[in-house]
Amino acid sequence: MTKLIQSLMYGLNLGSIYALTALGYTMVYGIIRMINFAHGDFIMVGGFTLFYTIPVMKNLGMPLWLAVIAAIIVCVGVGVLTEQIAYKPVRGQGSTTALITALGMSLVLENGALVIFGSAPRNVSPMFSLPTIEIMGASIPGQTLLTLVIGFIVMAILSLFIKYTKLGKAMRAVPEDKVASTLVGINVNKIITITFAIGSGLAAVASMMYTTSYVSIKNELGITLGLKAFVAAVLGGIGSIPGAMIGGLLLGIVEILVKVYMLPGTYEAVTYLILIVVLLVRPTGLLGKAVSEKV
Amino acid sequence: MPKIIRKKLLINIIAVVMMFLLLCILFDTELLGRKAAYFNGLVTIGMFYTIIVCSLNLLTGYMGEFSLGHAGFMSIGAYASAIGTTLISNRTELPDIVLYIIAIIIGGMAAAIVGVLVGIPALRLSGDYLCIVTVAVAEIVRVILSNVGIEEITGNATFGKSFAGIARVSDYHYVFITMIICIAVMYSYIRSRYGRALISIREDRIAAAASGINVTKTKVLTFTISAAFAGVAGAIYAHYITTLVPTYFNFSKSSEFLAIVILGGSGSMTGSIIAAPILSALPQLISYVFPDFASYRMLIYAVVLVVVMIFKPTGLFGGKEFSLSDLILKPKSKKTQVLSQKVNQE
Repeated sequence: MTKLIQSLMYGLNLGSIYALTALGYTMVYGIIRMINFAHGDFIMVGGFTLFYTIPVMKNLGMPLWLAVIAAIIVCVGVGVLTEQIAYKPVRGQGSTTALITALGMSLVLENGALVIFGSAPRNVSPMFSLPTIEIMGASIPGQTLLTLVIGFIVMAILSLFIKYTKLGKAMRAVPEDKVASTLVGINVNKIITITFAIGSGLAAVASMMYTTSYVSIKNELGITLGLKAFVAAVLGGIGSIPGAMIGGLLLGIVEILVKVYMLPGTYEAVTYLILIVVLLVRPTGLLGKAVSEKV
Repeated sequence: MPKIIRKKLLINIIAVVMMFLLLCILFDTELLGRKAAYFNGLVTIGMFYTIIVCSLNLLTGYMGEFSLGHAGFMSIGAYASAIGTTLISNRTELPDIVLYIIAIIIGGMAAAIVGVLVGIPALRLSGDYLCIVTVAVAEIVRVILSNVGIEEITGNATFGKSFAGIARVSDYHYVFITMIICIAVMYSYIRSRYGRALISIREDRIAAAASGINVTKTKVLTFTISAAFAGVAGAIYAHYITTLVPTYFNFSKSSEFLAIVILGGSGSMTGSIIAAPILSALPQLISYVFPDFASYRMLIYAVVLVVVMIFKPTGLFGGKEFSLSDLILKPKSKKTQVLSQKVNQE
């Protein structure tokens, strides 16, 4: 029982990392129908920002959580730049070109990081030092619990923002019908840029959660994390914001449970198997809407 | 056989034989001295890259679907053939050429079987979804290969998770002939009835189905052929490198293959044949001179890829083919083509 609660907590923690990343995928896919392969690499960018800013904050005697703000700023910058430089010129040239460009940008970020930071893994110094907390006999590190809470708060704020603000409404309108949104006075290009900014910001929060729990970062961190977050987005129904959250949390819990109770070496295979089964049985995912093909 | 086709065939055969002789002169004589082995290796790498890039182009260029899991099919071919040849050579002594042919056949067959098994359910999907399923398949293959105990099957010593001690039978003479056969088969496939059906599916799936083409069958067939040739490339790789590591066949490798296809020009075999050896061997040649270059290699590819996508999304050749026989046989028509192009531009 103790083991189960402990694995569930770790699963929720991993799941909220996936969920925050999946949100970025799903929002971008909803608007411009493109798998933004570079999204996973934004987390890597955030991770390296934390790696360099935490010691700086420590030396200046400032609170360490300010490093997260720095990571968010850097990630949003990289995300918006990626969109403006690479994705905007190829918009409207078909999904093939968009897919390859996204893949190209992912490779640019990943190998750019390889050139700048090298291939050796780095350890991010801990941001919080909290005592281990006992929940029903299971001991959970305090920082895991804290990041979990932060992740949930961020997701809640995002849901409220999307649902109630004018900008959020515009962000939901553009995927529904681009032309009609232009007609009612929504600046589609601006909305796309804002979507990228929000997605990258969420990636920065995800990188904070990742580094607190897993410490070690590497230039290749974005690939697997990105692919799994994409699986989460597909699982929840791509384009659906609550779907991405549910998909991410589910995937995280499943992964940890498989890792703890079944074969530890093969949990990644299980993740991808889930993806294949979902795509074949219910391609729209748990909460996605079916779109019929136009002839 | 009409006279013109016979003539074209003759020209192509002469060209291939001349290339083969050129390679023999370069590597079998003392011309290159001590560096012969190094350049020999580069050429072999270039050749198996050519096979796998052409096989991926079959999907990307002619079927219009993406596979980001070709490294997975390559790894299936590599592991299956390596296990096969190791088991055989543990029992009997066979000449290299026989072992090589067995390796190629096992590699191709194994990858083709997996290709059919994946293709039949997966090809109901298309576009981004199919692409992501191929990624998933390749990752599953990689995880399985990382967990399977190869040494229990073959009795070979393994270091960590690598599979070492594979017979080195991928001699460049054999590899060159294999490559020519592979390219010829793929090219004839595209020009065949099935190939034309395939291109019509790429242009308009619904119209193709309406005119009586079995869309699913054609797609599965193409996917299987593509996987089989990826397996052949894997078999060549395994018997050249002699040590296999599952992590070599990762997502980055698959994206590298796709990048080469796109840079060469999707839908152009010529583009792939030119781009694959250049992009696989050139960086190694440069890093021979500047040792630091290796780490910049993929960054430069990636930047070039993005720039090409922005300014010339069709790639280097953009669906066009180069034909030596046309160049020799119809110099006049070529000139008129150029002239008409100029007129069009003006």
